[in-house]
Amino acid sequence: MISPYYLQLIILVGINTIMALSLNLIIGYTGQLSIGHAAFMSLGAYCSALLTLHFNLPFIVSLLGGALFAAFFGILIGIPTLKLKGDYLAIATLGFGEIVRIVCLNLEITGGAVGLRGIPKKTTLLWVVLAVLITAFILNRIIKSRIGRALIAIREDETAADAMGINSTYYKILCFGVGAFFAGLGGGLFAHYMRFLHPKSFDFMKSIEQLCMVVLGGLGNMWGSFVGATILTVVPEMLRSVADLRLLIYGAVLILMMRVRPQGILGESPANGGFKNNSYSQWIQTRLKKSLRKRSGSDKT
Amino acid sequence: MFVQQLMNGLILGSTYALIALGYTMVYGIIELINFAHGEIYMFGAFVGLILVTVLKVPFFLAFLLAMAASALLGITIEYLAYRPLRRSSRLAALISAIGASIFLSNLALLIMGSTPYNFPTPFEAKVYETPFFIISRVEILVLLSSLLLMIALTLIVQKTKIGKAMRAVAQDKDTASLMGININKIVTITFAIGSALGGAAGVMVGIYFRTVTPTMGLMPGLKGFVAAVVGGIGNIPGAMLGGILLGIAEVLGAAYISSQYRDAVAFALLILVLLLKPSGLLGKPVQEKV
Repeated sequence: MISPYYLQLIILVGINTIMALSLNLIIGYTGQLSIGHAAFMSLGAYCSALLTLHFNLPFIVSLLGGALFAAFFGILIGIPTLKLKGDYLAIATLGFGEIVRIVCLNLEITGGAVGLRGIPKKTTLLWVVLAVLITAFILNRIIKSRIGRALIAIREDETAADAMGINSTYYKILCFGVGAFFAGLGGGLFAHYMRFLHPKSFDFMKSIEQLCMVVLGGLGNMWGSFVGATILTVVPEMLRSVADLRLLIYGAVLILMMRVRPQGILGESPANGGFKNNSYSQWIQTRLKKSLRKRSGSDKT
Repeated sequence: MFVQQLMNGLILGSTYALIALGYTMVYGIIELINFAHGEIYMFGAFVGLILVTVLKVPFFLAFLLAMAASALLGITIEYLAYRPLRRSSRLAALISAIGASIFLSNLALLIMGSTPYNFPTPFEAKVYETPFFIISRVEILVLLSSLLLMIALTLIVQKTKIGKAMRAVAQDKDTASLMGININKIVTITFAIGSALGGAAGVMVGIYFRTVTPTMGLMPGLKGFVAAVVGGIGNIPGAMLGGILLGIAEVLGAAYISSQYRDAVAFALLILVLLLKPSGLLGKPVQEKV
């Protein structure tokens, strides 16, 4: 069978894929820069761990409980802050992330600075694979639906989307809630795999790491999130000997990617704007041609 | 006791104000949160430290040289990480800025190691007592020099030709360039001035708290940005007001609520201000933004 080392690597890739997928919905598809995603992960992780520890609930219930708890906070923080645009939103999410970390560091129930110990190990490969598949399936369905088109419209031009009758605040809050839900799910899996939680695991750098995964893989591309999460989980493991360089490389990767290939490895469209000129207009053109052809065809018969 | 706390808040706040000015100036000109500004502040502190301890440069000269070096770093960051992205989306520029910040702080960690360095005091610790509060010589120095720098900045922005050009670029880039203003030059100068102020704040915090670490830029950088947003980003008097308010709120929060939640006070204030008045305290009424 698989050696424990590779098993751990695969499980971490899976958890990071869930994190990257959920962050991609917020940044890649809706164009809202959130740099506090690790906060939602920590909310889900702590909540599900506490549910298991204190109430001895079945794993699936505490996982869902943690995810819902994170989603609740995603909506709670989303309602006031998503009226803000762009940079202000980024800063508000950053502030929220820091507040969550500081509160976790000082509360008694979360173990404070000592951390939360003794969480039973319940996350197995099967759970992680299932969770990744379910997350990918649901997010894919959302993106391909009317909601997804509304989110992409908000990314492309919020004012134009508003003018088209899209309630942008509603859709942004929805996207934040869904993103936070799956981040909480990832957190719950993480908690029951690591068996130990500390606020330091969910600091600003963790959010940046998740941002890197999304950006590297490709903003607005589901497979990209998987690729980004895999690369940024496996490569640092291989580069253990130069672990000090890891964050340095992250920084350089972010700058270089934005300069050379802002759409990421698998991204089809640039983070913003390019969609308008390239694939989207082509898509409309082919649609128009098809419908014209159909109509002219039906005229003949 | 309360007056003493206010005084401490004022001193801490004046360093935040200096950091906030760098953020606000850059934001006013190119509408970008310069995430690397906290690292420029850290860089200034380290340059000051090395000049004073290794090269035995007199303190005030070291202070000026640290400001100059920080200005150079600011210009370099702008040239390498932001200028190529000026025409692309704001998200791309923001991610690039975050990348620059992480890169610089980890480079510093790699070169300087993670153990804190001791910053020597420029003169013997003398304490003055007044009926209401106690103030040390270093604290007077920090207060006076930040006041001087703020006055100098206001004069540059309001009275000189470059300042006028900066205000014009902040209002409307295209029109300004039609009027014959070299946008790239003005952006470079803005980065230089903002970064020099950040470097100055770094040296001051170095002598005030006596320690310098490679990761010291993260929290004050974030708080400087919070101060800029609280005051109204892009607004110079707003950054000064926001910085001082934040410093006082933090010290009072640590003294009367809980010292463990010291850092949370700043972010709670940020979210509160964003909710009540997203444009910041002085955001709307003053139109010019540099």
